[in-house]
Amino acid sequence: MDSDFYRRLSEWATPGDSSRRAWLVQRLHLDLPLLLIGLVLFAGGATVLYSVDAGGGYLRQQFVFLGLGLVSMLVVAQLPPDLLRRWAPLAYFGSLGLLVVVLLVGVSAKGAQRWLDLVYLRFQPAEVVKLALPLMLAAYLGDRAMPVRFHHLLAALALLALPVGLILLQPDLGTAILVACIGLAVLFLAGLGWRYILAAALTLPILAGFAWLRLLHDYQKQRVLTLLNPQEDKLGAGWNIIQSNIAIGSGGWTGKGWLAGTQARLDFLPESHTDFIIAVLAEEFGLRGVLLLLAGYSLLFARGMWISYHAKNSFSRLLAAALTFALFAYVFVNMGMVSGILPVVGVPLPLVSYGGTSLIATFITFGMLVAIAREREDLYAK
Amino acid sequence: MSDRQKIQRLGHQQALVRRRLWMLASVLAIMLGGLAARFYSLQIGQHEKFATLAHENRVQVRPVAPVRGRILDRNGVTLAENRPSYGLSVVPTQVRDMPALLVALDELLGLSAAELAQFAEQRRRPRRLHESIPLRFRLSEREVALLAVNEHRLPGIRVQVKLLRHYPFAAQFAHSVGYVGRIGTAEQARIAAARYQGTHVIGKSGIEKQYEDQLLGRPGYEFVEADAHGNRLRVLQRQDATPGSDIQLSIDSRLQREAHRLLAGRRAALVALRVATGEVLALVSVPSYDANLFVTGISHADYDALLAHPDRPLFDRALLGQYPPGSTIKPLFALAGLAGGVVDAATEIDDRGKFQLPGELRIYRDWKRDGHGRVNLHTAIEQSCDTYFYHLGHQGGIDLLSDYGRRFGLGVKTGLDMPAEEAGLMPTRAWKQTARQLPWFPGDTINAVIGQGFSLATPMQLAQMTANLARRGHSIRPALRLPPPGTAAVREQLVDLDPAHWDLVWGAMQAVVHARRGTAASLGRGMAYRMAGKTGTAQVVGIAQDGEYDSAQLTEFQRDHALFVSFAPAEAPQIAIAVIVENGEVAAALAAPVARRLTDIWLGHAPPNLNLEARGGL
Repeated sequence: MDSDFYRRLSEWATPGDSSRRAWLVQRLHLDLPLLLIGLVLFAGGATVLYSVDAGGGYLRQQFVFLGLGLVSMLVVAQLPPDLLRRWAPLAYFGSLGLLVVVLLVGVSAKGAQRWLDLVYLRFQPAEVVKLALPLMLAAYLGDRAMPVRFHHLLAALALLALPVGLILLQPDLGTAILVACIGLAVLFLAGLGWRYILAAALTLPILAGFAWLRLLHDYQKQRVLTLLNPQEDKLGAGWNIIQSNIAIGSGGWTGKGWLAGTQARLDFLPESHTDFIIAVLAEEFGLRGVLLLLAGYSLLFARGMWISYHAKNSFSRLLAAALTFALFAYVFVNMGMVSGILPVVGVPLPLVSYGGTSLIATFITFGMLVAIAREREDLYAK
Repeated sequence: MSDRQKIQRLGHQQALVRRRLWMLASVLAIMLGGLAARFYSLQIGQHEKFATLAHENRVQVRPVAPVRGRILDRNGVTLAENRPSYGLSVVPTQVRDMPALLVALDELLGLSAAELAQFAEQRRRPRRLHESIPLRFRLSEREVALLAVNEHRLPGIRVQVKLLRHYPFAAQFAHSVGYVGRIGTAEQARIAAARYQGTHVIGKSGIEKQYEDQLLGRPGYEFVEADAHGNRLRVLQRQDATPGSDIQLSIDSRLQREAHRLLAGRRAALVALRVATGEVLALVSVPSYDANLFVTGISHADYDALLAHPDRPLFDRALLGQYPPGSTIKPLFALAGLAGGVVDAATEIDDRGKFQLPGELRIYRDWKRDGHGRVNLHTAIEQSCDTYFYHLGHQGGIDLLSDYGRRFGLGVKTGLDMPAEEAGLMPTRAWKQTARQLPWFPGDTINAVIGQGFSLATPMQLAQMTANLARRGHSIRPALRLPPPGTAAVREQLVDLDPAHWDLVWGAMQAVVHARRGTAASLGRGMAYRMAGKTGTAQVVGIAQDGEYDSAQLTEFQRDHALFVSFAPAEAPQIAIAVIVENGEVAAALAAPVARRLTDIWLGHAPPNLNLEARGGL
């Protein structure tokens, strides 16, 4: 049924006739399903944000970010994917440069240097890496033979290791793992042999053990321990998880109603407008609301996968899939951490959490997906 | 590579990526399903548990302290009340930098070392999250204004109106009404914590302690919605506290205050009892102290000053002071002599000022150097003739005397409704054997019969003894709390004597006040009623065998205590009084006029002095 729905949607969006609407869509390079789902998710997020925005102006600011995001999307959507492929090294090394800069002059928060303080907004270079790394890997592997060869694999791993290492230096373990997963997903899609995958599955636990003993900072270990037993430290590190679980659990099926979430509005819930906003939604709109949100994200991922499936060449296929996987990873890690099955990693919920960097990065992702989708349609149009 | 091969290779690559895409999509779908399952488990499976936790988060149960009952005198005059007062407290969880806050507050208000120490000690005690800790109980209007202006830079402070215990007469009832103070660590362990929710003070002494249970009341509860920072947003539900009961005392503040005024500057005690009921009409110990000092925690400097004061203002002389009763005991022993058949109305001796036990060298002197001449029982009481009583005691023996003494309440606690009371001492043979490991010597009896030697009594006991005489051998347990109207006092018969004996002793006691040669003769001048009384002098230091009491050679604290007991009117006694003025020497001059003045007021023969200052000094 989904594919039927998408078929009808894309027929509607495809310039089969000369209607003015279709012309506009084509000229502006829009992907209406993507845009529609994105805006609906944003609207849901804004509704929840209003509930915890005690006159703080977050909501107004978020709409400004939305505007910036839409403009970024339109600009990126106009670029031919081939241009993206050629610029990939620039974006990649640019993002590495930003990671170096943040290590040198970044703003510290909670023991880690992650932010660049620009005049208008605080800026998290890891978000740029989230886009630049899939771009670089897709560009590199898209030109190579598939399944991926061993020396290509080594090169790809090196491309992956550089940003991951720099992020670890901040130190930000969660984001580093997230970025690594996105890179590994590209390798997987590029046909990484099963024996490599098996070998990795065997060596990773050993590496993890080594990391635990030698590399992890105390606060990172604390986060993992807190995950295992949040009751241990009720007022300290466990507070966030306990309070978010209480918020989610007390929401029940129907929720307490919009603007009626006591956990969120009485400040028991930390970071209620950014990383923990899903807990507010779960408290006020219940499991119904959570499932609706998950359904929205599922449609979004399906559209991304669809674009990848129908992309013109390997680069576009890998890029679209990798970008979609990155979005998924953010959603999964965020919801997993807030609901207490993953450690607390500072990851926003795309389109829903308050925050400019995340929102604009998401719309740039949309722009790239649109560019890939357009490329194929342009091909058909010819 | 041919185009055909190239296209084929590209086709293979497309198929490979598409296969992997399907795999990835399946994994993502499973993971999304896992997320949904997790939320289902939290929101449906464990919903009730988390709903309860959310409720507990949001709703705080706050105790509402009950208003402590007032303490009133018999006419409804307030002796202890509650006054609203601004207090400063700090919520530590809302303070970012406690040392800086305390420095800032010190600059504004000037915090004392004691306040800071007390605050630090309270911070160490366990308490609820976001509970405030008092820093200063009384703020002046200026201080309240200062804090209001600076509130923005002092996060975590609370200025609240609280009811504070207040004693309008400050010192005049400090020993009887007592005072409240902060609950100490020892008390904390003893009290039922549930009843003291929200209450910071407890009765420490006097009536405040004795009737703590009734005065306290029961706390109420408020269900308050509060945010994560402990800010109270609204009251969801409220159960009011039950205020404590007022306690009405039998004390007449007119008598109490007049006694304080007349005894000011002395070390003295006075107890006045209502003869018919045992009600305590005045319970005075001077010097006293300002009970209000203790309410919010007395400063070390103030407390040390009170402790170090030579006149011992903290000491309740009326109930805890034990003095030799001296000659005030003579009417009682006269009754004992009459009842025991040792003397009768006609028994006479020739007093030459000396008494010697047969076969002993020691000379027991009369207070009057040359003696009183021919003396019978009446004149012996009237003029307080020691020699007559030496004879009576010697012939009657200590067993008779101590039997009568104990019957009339000497050596036994009166059972007054106060937390502490001394028993005094009415010596017996058995007591001396136990306490001193010595047999009773005849000379001990000679000392005992004039209320010296081992004998000790509190002013309260002397008043009770006098009231028992005024009731002709009936005892009523004295009480500070006014009994409900219509309650008949429980009377206990102590002795059953010939009325003629009573008439004889009462008559002699009236002669003390009203006869020309009575030891308090000047007192009876202009008296509109007849008073029965007895003076007494209690030696503080022993006088050598041949020595003579010379006031000029003794320091103030070595001089004799002056005592006076009385009841009036003699036809139908209503009020019994015992007064002691430490080192006052001349009973008739110092102690007796106070007793007369109070009796005048009680019997309605003199207007009470209404120009008294409300706040008595120490």
